[in-house]
Amino acid sequence: MPENVSAVHLVLTGDPALFSIVRLSLIVSLGAALFAALIGLPLGALIALTRFYGREAVIVVLNALMGLPPVVVGLVVFLALSRSGPLGSFGLLFTPQAMVIAQTVLVTPIIAALSRQTIEDLWVEYRDELAAMDVGPLRRIRTLLWDARFSLVTALLAGFGRAVAEVGSIIIVGGNIEGFTRTMTTAIALETSKGNLQLALGLGIVLISIVVLISALVWGARRAGERFAG
Amino acid sequence: MNLGASADLPIEFAEVGILVGGVTILDRISIHISQGAPTILIGPNGSGKTTFLRVAMGLLSPSRGRVTWGGRETSPLTRRAIVFQRPVTLRRSVSGNLGYALATAGVRRSERGRRIAELLSLVGLKGLESRPARRLSGGEQQRLALARALARDPAVLFLDEPTASLDPAATKAIEGIVRAISERGVKVVMATHDLGEARRLAGDIVLLHRGVVIESGPADAFFAGPATDEAKRFISGDLLI
Repeated sequence: MPENVSAVHLVLTGDPALFSIVRLSLIVSLGAALFAALIGLPLGALIALTRFYGREAVIVVLNALMGLPPVVVGLVVFLALSRSGPLGSFGLLFTPQAMVIAQTVLVTPIIAALSRQTIEDLWVEYRDELAAMDVGPLRRIRTLLWDARFSLVTALLAGFGRAVAEVGSIIIVGGNIEGFTRTMTTAIALETSKGNLQLALGLGIVLISIVVLISALVWGARRAGERFAG
Repeated sequence: MNLGASADLPIEFAEVGILVGGVTILDRISIHISQGAPTILIGPNGSGKTTFLRVAMGLLSPSRGRVTWGGRETSPLTRRAIVFQRPVTLRRSVSGNLGYALATAGVRRSERGRRIAELLSLVGLKGLESRPARRLSGGEQQRLALARALARDPAVLFLDEPTASLDPAATKAIEGIVRAISERGVKVVMATHDLGEARRLAGDIVLLHRGVVIESGPADAFFAGPATDEAKRFISGDLLI
């Protein structure tokens, strides 16, 4: 198919328009994954290691939030950042920062829920041994995060994968402005509706390559975990 | 490695009881554990040996009665260590496991390499430093757990059936290590349901059955002339149910 050939050509020749979109997508999604990790990992560890009233309800809600509809997140963040919203004074709507915020909201529950499960499973294994070694709370958290690192990397990559592949929230809060807030997924939606299938397919090829790369990294993290940590 | 008497000894149980969910696990146990040859807890499965060790280690508080270590009701865990029946190795290398235990015991980083080499040599795991701990065989993991406990330089070491499920060669290796550390002045308190092992290692014997101490005292006297019917039956190989 000619569109396919042209799309591959765009990718192979490093088309500047295509790669500026790819670059912004990666910056936004990596930024969101980073912020989500900074919030989600300690949150997951905290829920895993503490007992409080309503903990089970919190876990159920957190697990449910892994399936947050991106358009709903986009709508809520849009309302928060719009001029009359509580964060309107920052003027972030229709900027890459707004997209990072929306994706952070989307990805944080994924990282928090997966890390909570991972850390709690490891804590059940380690509890007696760490108690016998008289390990204090801070070292306990550090130990669990370190020893679960290969599984936690999987959680981070799952979060990044979710961010880079979603379109619903960032199209609402970013606005899909050419050269400023246009990412791979929003561009594919737009270019397809315009009939510009070459660029849409080219971006699709890059997006799928990234998803495959993430899958390979997850597999690699698991293998490394088995090899180095047993 | 620790030598000599410890501030944690003697360990004194006074009318100690443990109740879990209304079920009595240990019942009015009064016993005195002092410096010297290993004290071996024997008794059938479910007799309360593991719970006894956890209470003596300080990991479990009695529901009634009291435990003292060197006359004190509270004592930090710094000079006591335990190897559980199914020890969990950390998801690290062999030397990573030992380095972690040394770090938690406050050993300086510059000292750790030398101590790791000593410990590996003591338990016969030299050459396996970089092996992931969970890839070791059952006997090797048990020896690593022993080394990890010894990394804390304990004055008292509790061992919960360390040779259960091991073959004779691995059992012999573990018993050799137990003897060696006992000779170095570490007080060993060990649970087993293997009478042969108890005969080989014990200085003192404590026979537990259904959470009650049936008989206790020097091993020679216990095996030569048990005072109770339960002890006689247990020694002769009858099943205590």
